[in-house]
Amino acid sequence: MSEKTLMRGTHVLGEAAIRAGCRAYFGYPITPQNELPEYMASAFARMDDAVFIQAESEIASINMVIGAAAAGARVMTSSSSPGISLKQEGISYLAAMELPAVIVNMMRGGPGLGNIAPAQGDYFQATRGGGHGDYRVIVFAPAYGQEIADMTRQAFDLADYYRIPVMILGDGMMGQMMEPVVFPEPIDPAKLPEKEWVVNGSKGRSSRIILSLWLDPPKEEELNWRLARKYSAITEVIPDQEMYLTDDAELVLVAYGTAARIAKGAVHRARESGMKVGLYRPKTLWPFPSKALAKLCDHVRHFMAFEMSTGQMVEDVRLAVEGRREVSFYGRPGGVVSTPEEVAAIVSSAYHGKAN
Amino acid sequence: MKKIFGKPDALKDNPFHYCPGCGHSIIHRLVAEVIDELGIKDRTIGVPPAGCAVLAYNYFDVDMCEAPHGRAAAVATGMKRILKDRVVFTYQGDGYIAAIGTAETIHAANRGERITAIFVNNAVYGMTGGQMAPTTLLGQETTTSPGGRLPLRDGFPLDLSEMLALAAGSVYIERTSVSNPKGIIRTKKAIRKAFEVQLEDKGFSLVEILSACPTNWKMSPKDAVRWVDETMTKIFPLKVIKDVA
Repeated sequence: MSEKTLMRGTHVLGEAAIRAGCRAYFGYPITPQNELPEYMASAFARMDDAVFIQAESEIASINMVIGAAAAGARVMTSSSSPGISLKQEGISYLAAMELPAVIVNMMRGGPGLGNIAPAQGDYFQATRGGGHGDYRVIVFAPAYGQEIADMTRQAFDLADYYRIPVMILGDGMMGQMMEPVVFPEPIDPAKLPEKEWVVNGSKGRSSRIILSLWLDPPKEEELNWRLARKYSAITEVIPDQEMYLTDDAELVLVAYGTAARIAKGAVHRARESGMKVGLYRPKTLWPFPSKALAKLCDHVRHFMAFEMSTGQMVEDVRLAVEGRREVSFYGRPGGVVSTPEEVAAIVSSAYHGKAN
Repeated sequence: MKKIFGKPDALKDNPFHYCPGCGHSIIHRLVAEVIDELGIKDRTIGVPPAGCAVLAYNYFDVDMCEAPHGRAAAVATGMKRILKDRVVFTYQGDGYIAAIGTAETIHAANRGERITAIFVNNAVYGMTGGQMAPTTLLGQETTTSPGGRLPLRDGFPLDLSEMLALAAGSVYIERTSVSNPKGIIRTKKAIRKAFEVQLEDKGFSLVEILSACPTNWKMSPKDAVRWVDETMTKIFPLKVIKDVA
């Protein structure tokens, strides 16, 4: 399947996961991401070596992920905002036990039950660890169908390489949108490098333990510093972004995922009106691509974060800019999706120095 | 000199940290003896609990993987589905399995997961200092049921094993005790059978073991085992609760 296929985002993600060697999926129904577990259920039913369980809860499903990851499988779970909250305890354990897993969050409006419309209110939860304790997960923010395919492959590879949970952060709109995609060639999971830490029975070796309990504070401190070193190494290598018409830009919109696609439309409109406006689109949210953003301070006078929330990523933009340039925010939370025209009007006001 | 008694291979050399009169040491040993006898030491994976036996991985010489509190049945499910030819057991207390982990346990049983649960019932939360458990008897004094457990304030003792027997996927469920030599022999037989049910790929198996907690019951070890025999077994009768193996 190296030719282009037209598929919806959730199905792209499922197919890409299977091609990345994912052979275990555990989940619990929640809108707007049900097409993903349905895709996994139907694909795995045709495969001898794959496991699909619709668990009794999101809590059970993330713990099944722990078991399958500890047993050495490439494993995935998916949910949407309220369900991801329920999984956070398990994600903290995955981080502490240094187990690889891929977690998909197709965000919806919140807090609480919220609604089922596309939103970006889970940025803090995704990029600051999310559960208890001092940890991070790698967070990918695809904006296009092709990126969903590519980032899903990367997510599984990085999860194994760094022994870390990796999150793919999308939203309901991205999950439903159909786009042409070229998939990478499938991986045979049997040919992946052997994991020398799995618990699968101690035949021919001494017994192993995978745990997160370190009663002795210096030992727990050692784990925390080991994780911190791992996160530093990841921060050197992983950050990625798209820079669109930023070379001569005076105002740069900063947006990720679906919001970035809207922002791109706003950039086009602003350019048509003669304004030098560009788009900085983080493709990884943790680690946030700060360095490339900071470099833009040389010629950009104003950064405007645009999010489908009341303003979360804007804090990372401010941290990257370090007060050198003006940083403002525009957003629509609660599942309201802005139009490019709306964002272009806000950009125009800011560009011409008017308060908005 | 002929060796007539020794430590099971499935136990490490580490001395147990458990209190005098606690049943965990006996139960650990019985599980290890069964693993030895079935010759499955190198293909067994254990999921230890939170609570007093949280350090079970320091004692069992088999692969072990911790689980968040309450979730052993779900972790074991994920593991066993990937490693179909291995033996996966969980080891949990009453608060773990019959309060916070009720949902995971019932659904693992209902799916007929080929895992074996060792359920140690001592009617209190031990590690945290003797709080009321789902299995605390009516009238039993704990740090969070002052004056004794009252049904309309604190609920009734929960018989999880009977509930699990209702799940069509459970195959073998027995309640035993380690409060006397006869009970210890019976417990070992039950543990063996529970592992065999898994080896025969039949479904979910569980052994509930009544076990004394002299420290939190504020009794001598001698009085504590007598309390198991004379009082606890009235509410949690020793029997094969389900056997469709």
